[in-house]
Amino acid sequence: MCGIVGLFLKDKSLEPKLGAMLSEMLVSLSDRGPDSAGIAIYGAPSRNEAKITIQSAKPARDFRDLDTELAKAIGAPVSIAVKSTHAVVRTTPAKIDEARETIQALRPDIRIMGAGDVVEIYKEVGLPEAVVDRFDVRKMAGTHGIGHTRMATESAVTTMGAHPFSTGADQCLVHNGSLSNHNNVRRELIREGMKFETENDTEVAAAYLSSQMAHGKNLGEALEGTLSDLDGFFTFVVGTKNGFGVVRDPIACKPAVMAETDQYVAFGSEYRALTKLPGIDNARVWEPEPATVYFWEH
Amino acid sequence: MTATKLSKAATHDHASRIFDLDVSSLRELNQALHNLTPGSNETAWEVLHPKGSHSVAVGVDQPVTIDVRGSVGYYCGGMNSGSTITVHGSAGPGVGENMMSGSIIVKGDASQYAGATGKGGLLVIEGNASSRCGISMKGIDIVVHGNIGHMSAFMAQSGNLVVLGDAGDALGDSIYEARLFVRGKVDSLGADCIAKEMRPEHLELLQGLLDRAGVTGVKPSEFKRYGSARTLYNFNIDNADAY
Repeated sequence: MCGIVGLFLKDKSLEPKLGAMLSEMLVSLSDRGPDSAGIAIYGAPSRNEAKITIQSAKPARDFRDLDTELAKAIGAPVSIAVKSTHAVVRTTPAKIDEARETIQALRPDIRIMGAGDVVEIYKEVGLPEAVVDRFDVRKMAGTHGIGHTRMATESAVTTMGAHPFSTGADQCLVHNGSLSNHNNVRRELIREGMKFETENDTEVAAAYLSSQMAHGKNLGEALEGTLSDLDGFFTFVVGTKNGFGVVRDPIACKPAVMAETDQYVAFGSEYRALTKLPGIDNARVWEPEPATVYFWEH
Repeated sequence: MTATKLSKAATHDHASRIFDLDVSSLRELNQALHNLTPGSNETAWEVLHPKGSHSVAVGVDQPVTIDVRGSVGYYCGGMNSGSTITVHGSAGPGVGENMMSGSIIVKGDASQYAGATGKGGLLVIEGNASSRCGISMKGIDIVVHGNIGHMSAFMAQSGNLVVLGDAGDALGDSIYEARLFVRGKVDSLGADCIAKEMRPEHLELLQGLLDRAGVTGVKPSEFKRYGSARTLYNFNIDNADAY
């Protein structure tokens, strides 16, 4: 099953409430997937900082003094904000790749959840309510975000098997469905130089999109490519630094409903996820067509 | 059961029993509907704040009317036997699945597999229906004011599907004996589904269906009829390689 949500704000006055709105949407779909949950929030950009979201099973050990050790190693200021098993490391944008490699050298048990100028990604095993509480997601502001609650089919129930999957700067993806040609596509992407953290099919879809966009395609064109290059069942919801996209496979058996008002574009696996959004009674509500790409950019 | 809560709500309107799903649980609603016995005076029901709930008014077997004020999730009115359910909103996947008799009217749109495997009764979608509308229908009549999605009436066995708008790809794939009437364009026909002649008895049948569904200003002659070519009924040795 799985439940997925997405929210792309058009009205700036709603930005302080993004985390609360997206959390509410995800929690309402808890019975679609009890295994794990995750959320990606796109916050306000900062000219002199980029972010890496990291995770550790032993945060007290791994996060202690990481900021000072990392700052010394890369020769740039570093700050770290710890939230339970996750932490957001901030440093100068030019040093972000070096920081990422150095973190993994300094602390081999740390996992990278995602990196970019604006995105923060939080995901753990457990119900959506527990996951959004643990990371205080309701208090987060942002321009757009996506979320997922998982009923695992293709790989183990672990933190790294939870969605969203991020395989490029400020890019991430959530998926309802299962892919049947992911091993082949993964091999092709590895040959191209993409790196994979898991055996999960969804990570392949995320990496496929990152690869397409790295080759110069925009979000819409990259999503279009999934229809011919990925085989299986999928409803994807994708976030980029300034964009938000949705695509369903041609059979379209995985449910999807969307709503749009002057204030937002929202996606839910079911209408239940949308019922508490402001102005939903007068929103344009529709089911996205099979094999049709929808995307919005700020 | 929270009988006190219910009787309080009911006093607002002697004729209609009101269930507010913000106050009562879905299980309480469905249990109360299942407790109805023949000849009950509680013939009018109203459901408030459904908010996309699953399985609203599933398995009702008495001839009551149920007005649902808002949009519902999966399987609304499933297995309906004799009741008249009106959804004043849109319906999620599987509305009226396996309906036996009675009627369901959806004022908005319906998601996937509306009326799937229905054996009888009338399902009216006043908006659009999504993919697989009437899949494996077994005697139900379905009238859609708007369009229907791909793979509709897949393996349809009997009954009538009437579409005032357009139909998506692979209409009537592997159809048995259901009749399909489409007023707009059909993106493509599925295996063994063909256009058929509209004879006087079909025009009469279609007029009856349009009347029952409250459709006015539309003539049966505006529709085309589709049905089974009946070439997949029996095993054909020439096709052995295909299996």
